[in-house]
Amino acid sequence: MEISLAAEKIGHIGSIPITNSMFTSWIATIVLVVFAILATRKMTMVPKGSQKTLEYIVDSLLHLVNSVFDNMTQTKKYFPFLATLFLFIIANNWLGLLPGVGSIGFHEIHNGKELFIPLLRGGNADLNTTLALALMTMVLVQIFGMVAIGFFKYVGRFVNFKSPIDFFVGILEIIGEFSRVISFSFRLFGNIFAGEVLLAVITWLLPYVGPVPFYFLEIFVGFIQALVFTMLAMVFIKMAITDHSEHEEKAAH
Amino acid sequence: MDAEAMKTLAAAIAIGVGAIGPAIGIGMIGAKAVEAIGRNPEASGKIQGPMILTAAFAEAVAIYALVIALIVKFV
Repeated sequence: MEISLAAEKIGHIGSIPITNSMFTSWIATIVLVVFAILATRKMTMVPKGSQKTLEYIVDSLLHLVNSVFDNMTQTKKYFPFLATLFLFIIANNWLGLLPGVGSIGFHEIHNGKELFIPLLRGGNADLNTTLALALMTMVLVQIFGMVAIGFFKYVGRFVNFKSPIDFFVGILEIIGEFSRVISFSFRLFGNIFAGEVLLAVITWLLPYVGPVPFYFLEIFVGFIQALVFTMLAMVFIKMAITDHSEHEEKAAH
Repeated sequence: MDAEAMKTLAAAIAIGVGAIGPAIGIGMIGAKAVEAIGRNPEASGKIQGPMILTAAFAEAVAIYALVIALIVKFV
């Protein structure tokens, strides 16, 4: 059984290699965009059909984001990024479960051994995708924080010369920001890749019948990982845009 | 012992020991959450949210161990 930790390359555009995970995430993006376009053509006040589904999805996400921020203006400001994050991750996770992903491919000779290279592979089963999402999220958290409370106040959270303890807390905060990138990317990658390996092994052990409960588990895990990524991003944004000096003034009273 | 055997053993121990902590942690999270729901059934919606989030945090540590095991075995 061939399980490759790294996503396999299936082609090139110029000098940039294209992996099967990248290809699958393009398909997921196209699915999301086409669904959005089709559902918002000829919109009616009382929605029917795909517009109803899309409104339900957007409404649920809005409630989810509002439950963390508790402030409609802030929710509306950060909603596009967070909702896109959620939809992209869940589309990639669920698309990786369809039949054909991981099984349709071609044989290639690598270093004298003949390997099977699947054409499609779950978008988040590649550490590059999850690392990109994690880096993008943490950079945006910093930018949101700086825009919301001002550059110097935000940097003052990390570089704090008021007392030696505050200085060390600031350094720990910097290390914490970097560790969040690692934890975001590895949590998503580990869950999805381990799910793929689990399905492959169970299919090998007990074909046709064995994987059925594990597919249910993978559907659930795909949803939960998208939810956890989005909720963590929300919590970090909320922490970044909160002005801590206001809290200290209130506590002093 | 030859290298291949050591790699397999290392992968097995990595995930085996690495899953003990998170399993205990998630069990404790679930126990406290269920106890809180038992005391106050109306708050079950509010308790479920943080419970799922915290369980995902704890599970992530098990996933780190799994990734190390996979790297040892397949790279």
